[in-house]
Amino acid sequence: MSEKKRIFIKGNEAISRGALAAGCTCYFGYPITPQNDIPEFLSTEMAAVNNGEFVQAESEVAAANMLLGAAAGGARAMTTSSSPGVSLMQEAISYMAGSELPGVIVNVNRGGPGLGDIGSSQGDYFQSTRGGGHGDYRTLVLAPGTCQEGYDMMIEAFDLAFKYRNPVLVLADAIVGQMKEPVTPWEPKAADNHGAEDWCIDGAKGREKRLLKSLFLEDGALAGQNRNLQSKYEAMQAEARADVFECDDAELVVVAFGSIGRIVKSTVRRLRSEGKKVGLVRPLTLYPFPSEVLRDLAKQGKRFLTIEQNCGQMVDDVRLSVRGIADSEFHGHMPGDLPGSDDFLAPIIKHLED
Amino acid sequence: MYQDVIIAGFGGQGVMLIGNLLAYAGMEAGSEVTYIPVYGPEMRGGTANCTVVISSEDIGSPIIQSPKSLIIMNQPSLDKFQPKLVDGGIQILNSSLVDAAKAEDRVTTYTVPANEIADKLGNTRMANMVALGAYVQATGCVPLEQVKDSLKSVISERYSHLIPKNAEAIQAGADHVAEQMK
Amino acid sequence: MSEKLVFDAPEIMIDRPTHYCPGCHHGVAHRLVGEVLTEMGLVDDTLCVGSIGCSVFIYNYLDVDAVEAPHGRAPAVATGLKRAHKDKFVFTYQGDGDLASIGLAEIVHAANRGEKISVVFVNNTVYGMTGGQMAPTTLVGQKATTCPDGRCAEEHGQAIRMSEIIGGLGGTAYCERVSLDSVKNIRRAKKALRKAFEMQVNGTGFGFVEMLSACPTNWKMDPIAANTRIKEEMIPYFPLGVFKDVTKDGEE
Repeated sequence: MSEKKRIFIKGNEAISRGALAAGCTCYFGYPITPQNDIPEFLSTEMAAVNNGEFVQAESEVAAANMLLGAAAGGARAMTTSSSPGVSLMQEAISYMAGSELPGVIVNVNRGGPGLGDIGSSQGDYFQSTRGGGHGDYRTLVLAPGTCQEGYDMMIEAFDLAFKYRNPVLVLADAIVGQMKEPVTPWEPKAADNHGAEDWCIDGAKGREKRLLKSLFLEDGALAGQNRNLQSKYEAMQAEARADVFECDDAELVVVAFGSIGRIVKSTVRRLRSEGKKVGLVRPLTLYPFPSEVLRDLAKQGKRFLTIEQNCGQMVDDVRLSVRGIADSEFHGHMPGDLPGSDDFLAPIIKHLED
Repeated sequence: MYQDVIIAGFGGQGVMLIGNLLAYAGMEAGSEVTYIPVYGPEMRGGTANCTVVISSEDIGSPIIQSPKSLIIMNQPSLDKFQPKLVDGGIQILNSSLVDAAKAEDRVTTYTVPANEIADKLGNTRMANMVALGAYVQATGCVPLEQVKDSLKSVISERYSHLIPKNAEAIQAGADHVAEQMK
Repeated sequence: MSEKLVFDAPEIMIDRPTHYCPGCHHGVAHRLVGEVLTEMGLVDDTLCVGSIGCSVFIYNYLDVDAVEAPHGRAPAVATGLKRAHKDKFVFTYQGDGDLASIGLAEIVHAANRGEKISVVFVNNTVYGMTGGQMAPTTLVGQKATTCPDGRCAEEHGQAIRMSEIIGGLGGTAYCERVSLDSVKNIRRAKKALRKAFEMQVNGTGFGFVEMLSACPTNWKMDPIAANTRIKEEMIPYFPLGVFKDVTKDGEE
């Protein structure tokens, strides 16, 4: 196999290029730091590479609703933003989930609450994995920790969106978005829209008219729709994935996602070189959560420490995963503070020795 | 092989450019690399900085709190980052702007009057390239020729006419350190 | 003696009992849209963007593909849909609360971008579906459930005139205010719709038709009195006419 050419790009650019490789033809967005590289890149490349559409919307509210519209038309469409902007998008995301429309939303997570700061944070874990807006729904959530994953997960995100007719969130953060790494671009096989032509609206020529909606007023209709959605979310569980590192003989398993996952990997490597029996599970999907992986490790008698750059969110899912068998300790790195691998030495050693 | 470096100086000294160049050369040499500009509140306080990691295996943290090496382009950067340099670490000091007497004995220091050398080559603004040449010579983390070759990939087309001069500056920095290493 | 059909609905209209109140003009507006789409041969190429309010059920009356937009967002949804399907006919159908209050940003920017879509704006000066609350277009002095003593200019501001705003935007190709209170005005309304729809079909740009309409239920009037109110109270404040037509030089 010949060595594929690597390119040296920012995570934000990797996400943009991954979207183009995935066959995305519609982009809608509104400027917000630290994701502006994405709309800046796609403002020219969307048309140049995919003969697609780029719209700088008047707000994140509008951008997400443009996504809804393009998705209703069966197009591969996306929007990107950062935390405060993603809050504004929740209305449309709820409608998309209710109307079963596919679309990709990228959140380059920054500090919060409120305006917060423009540094990295994982404070949007709850918003991302619990639906985010009103009503009982979930979005698939992918969490890249490297620029290559940023590229790869965009391709995966579009495929999952159409496979499940559901919004897919790519939850990156300011570290992944702003750092540069070598990325090996690749082109997936022709985009599979999983039969979108059978449900999208593109003019009712020669067929019955179609209606895409989330309003269900008839007796029993909404209950039925909620049951449909729940069984879909159940089917999504098969997509759960995690990166498991040095866990075989580990006494303590650290669970960390995204950029914090890769930073903790350095800490784990250093402790391993000192003979400490510590491992790492880095969830790659946050919804569905890779509960089985953790439960299997719990059954082997391992202890858990969840590390996040927030005040304790994913730790709830870790605890739910291992409930009845084990528990998880938590170490939170405050949003607003740039984390490094040294920051996690003391907490890991403390819990190893406990 | 594993090397990490924080490159720090005033905004405008081109620390981001040489960080990019070093990482790009590392990639072209077949290594894994990361580059991250410092971002957020850390940007304030007189220095601009970036971190580059070069490794033969996949890289965990792109953010380094106890660096193995430094390229220090101005005095505030020395004050800020030297205390974080690991014992036995390597630092390149731009002695045109940094008081070399402040260098600690617990680390290996190479001093390079980068501004003067760049000046002699025709443009003070190439001091960053002189410092990078010195760094590559001192650490051997990437082949010097690879760094020069990579200039064409990180310098925008508009400034491509400056590439030969920048390559000269890289070489001059390397030559200067080679003398000290003898 | 054989029967002779003298009045029929276009085929695009779904034959079903209406859910609209007696005297409500949504039925008239739906029919005008249906007639113009049929006459222009657009039925199979039309994508309707519904909005929130009484008219959310437009998709029960028109036999075309449709998507339901969140409150106020129909112009943004239509933007995405039209960008994905440039060869299709995309229109929104919005009430005054939807378009002139919560969706003000979306309508203004869709118009200003010159999106190749058409907007049917039904202005009846009140929130109908939610029970007669004050709308952005409620006239000063008009009683509503959230201003039982009548709209007060000092406290609530004055009724917003949308056609004047949309007509003043660079991206608008056609903007007209019409009324559904009389046969003559309904005929004029149909012409305006056709003009706006043609501007989308031939790629000229954004078309906007505001229809002054009655809501007898929430106005607490009978339909005849409601029509009189349009003529005597609404039209003087919301003047009828063309506010922009890019196909006519020097006349804006």
